[in-house]
Amino acid sequence: MNRALEVIGINKRFGAVSAASNVNMSLGVDEVLGIIGANGAGKTTFLNMVTGYLRPDSGIIRFRGRNITALEPREITRLGIHRSFQIPQIFPKLSVFDNILIALGIAGIERNRFWSPLLTRGSIDTAEAILRRYRIIDYRDRDAGLLPQGIRKLLDIAMAMVGSPSILLLDEPTSGVSADEKMLMMDTIIDVLAGGEVGVLFVEHDMEVVAHYSSRVIAFSEGEIVSEGVPTEVLNDPKVRGLVIGKDLKSQSV
Amino acid sequence: MILRIRTTWCLHIAVIVLLGVQVLLPAWVVNMIALSLSNGLVVLGLMVIMRAGLVSFGHGLFFGLGGYGAALGAVFFGISDAFVLVLLGIVASTLIAFLLGFMIASYRGIFFALLNLAFSMLLFGILVNSAVLGSTDGFSVPVPSYMGYVPSSGETRVSFLLYGLICVAVYGSALAVHRYLNSTMGYMGEAIRENEVRVDYLGGSVKKTIMVKYVISAILAGMGGAFTVLLIGHVTPEDTVFWTRSGEFVFVAILSGTGNVAAPFIGSAVFEFVRTYALQYAPEVWQMLLGGTLLLVIMFLPNGLWSLLQGGNSKGGRT
Repeated sequence: MNRALEVIGINKRFGAVSAASNVNMSLGVDEVLGIIGANGAGKTTFLNMVTGYLRPDSGIIRFRGRNITALEPREITRLGIHRSFQIPQIFPKLSVFDNILIALGIAGIERNRFWSPLLTRGSIDTAEAILRRYRIIDYRDRDAGLLPQGIRKLLDIAMAMVGSPSILLLDEPTSGVSADEKMLMMDTIIDVLAGGEVGVLFVEHDMEVVAHYSSRVIAFSEGEIVSEGVPTEVLNDPKVRGLVIGKDLKSQSV
Repeated sequence: MILRIRTTWCLHIAVIVLLGVQVLLPAWVVNMIALSLSNGLVVLGLMVIMRAGLVSFGHGLFFGLGGYGAALGAVFFGISDAFVLVLLGIVASTLIAFLLGFMIASYRGIFFALLNLAFSMLLFGILVNSAVLGSTDGFSVPVPSYMGYVPSSGETRVSFLLYGLICVAVYGSALAVHRYLNSTMGYMGEAIRENEVRVDYLGGSVKKTIMVKYVISAILAGMGGAFTVLLIGHVTPEDTVFWTRSGEFVFVAILSGTGNVAAPFIGSAVFEFVRTYALQYAPEVWQMLLGGTLLLVIMFLPNGLWSLLQGGNSKGGRT
């Protein structure tokens, strides 16, 4: 398996709190890795370290053999690691179409960034094709900040996917989305990803979503990986059920 | 896209009209138009950074550098050609903007605005304490030549050539800025204003983008300053670098709106018109009239006068 992303022994502390303690993992471009953990377990911190928003206190993060531990988010994105956010990071006062158009421009799909018009027949077609693929074309001219949460999430993910990343990190892609829309939303994402060589790492609280879409799962607790393996194995691990999924969900069968 | 083409055509027509009206209008009106256009260049520069959500309270710095650059070239280096003098003004403002940009591009909001003000007041302090530059009185600038042609002393101050040069420079600048604002780098300004984090995570350089915008705005301000000094024939620190001058540019920028490259020139012309008539007919309360005008615009046209030409589109879309 092609290990595109490798995390080797990273540690991160915020004062007395350990957000990452000797975390080791790897991700290939042909797998969907689910990350689970209780609130404060260090999942988002982990994503933030991989994408350069935070620097680990120690340890190494490699992408295709290159040490990216000290790189800026912009540089990491340029290498091919893109991300979406728990709170969608969009351009709220611009239209959905403009959000995608700008993403296309910055990703360099439309070249000559200083002088050539961004709005061309080609860029319009590309942006509209992306909106159709993510099933948000009906919202084309709406201000992004006024969209329903699920659509904002999709827009955020669509923007993260522009530029054909090798690794896509999704931070709670279904949070705030109604229960009946979660699967539809994940289906849309997986449909778009199908056929492309993209390794997906997604942080998720909904165990049904994790069980259904992950090829592998990592469980975090207090900054440590407590279990790793195929979904059924990890989600039924008594330690994970106690520490991560929580007593109130013990009865939930996965 | 249609709006973009329409803007380009409007600019083509505007430059022809502006060049043509010189023979029809009285000299004082032509002078007012020329001054409006020169000041409009500075406001156009402000518009470029305002689209990225940044306001500068110190663009008099670059206006002054442009003005003093041209004036020093004429008086101390004996350069008489208007093209070279304007170029000197642009080079002076660009160089300083490039140097300051490394620091200023990291700041946002009130810090960005006031840092510019601080640097402009620093230059003001240097100029008023410099006897060789005429201190607060400044110094006069001789009538420039145009590729060897020297207007006769009988001609009005605003010679056809200087007026024409300003019109063509404004036309070229507006077209170039329009083109730039519709490129990826132009759109990135709005993206930065909306969400810097997302720009970073799309792989865009926020600092580099702001730096480029800052330098572009300084080039335009420097050009405006150089033209103004050549028009007036005199340069003083108070008329160029002082904070009230910077405030005036921000005032016009708010009055104009940032919806289109033509807006700063329209706003600048309205400002000059209101100021001229207010000074003439109500010399005791002219500042109140200007303030009242701005208040009305903010209350009823929050996107500036340009929104009137957009058919009342309160969103103030990009064109």
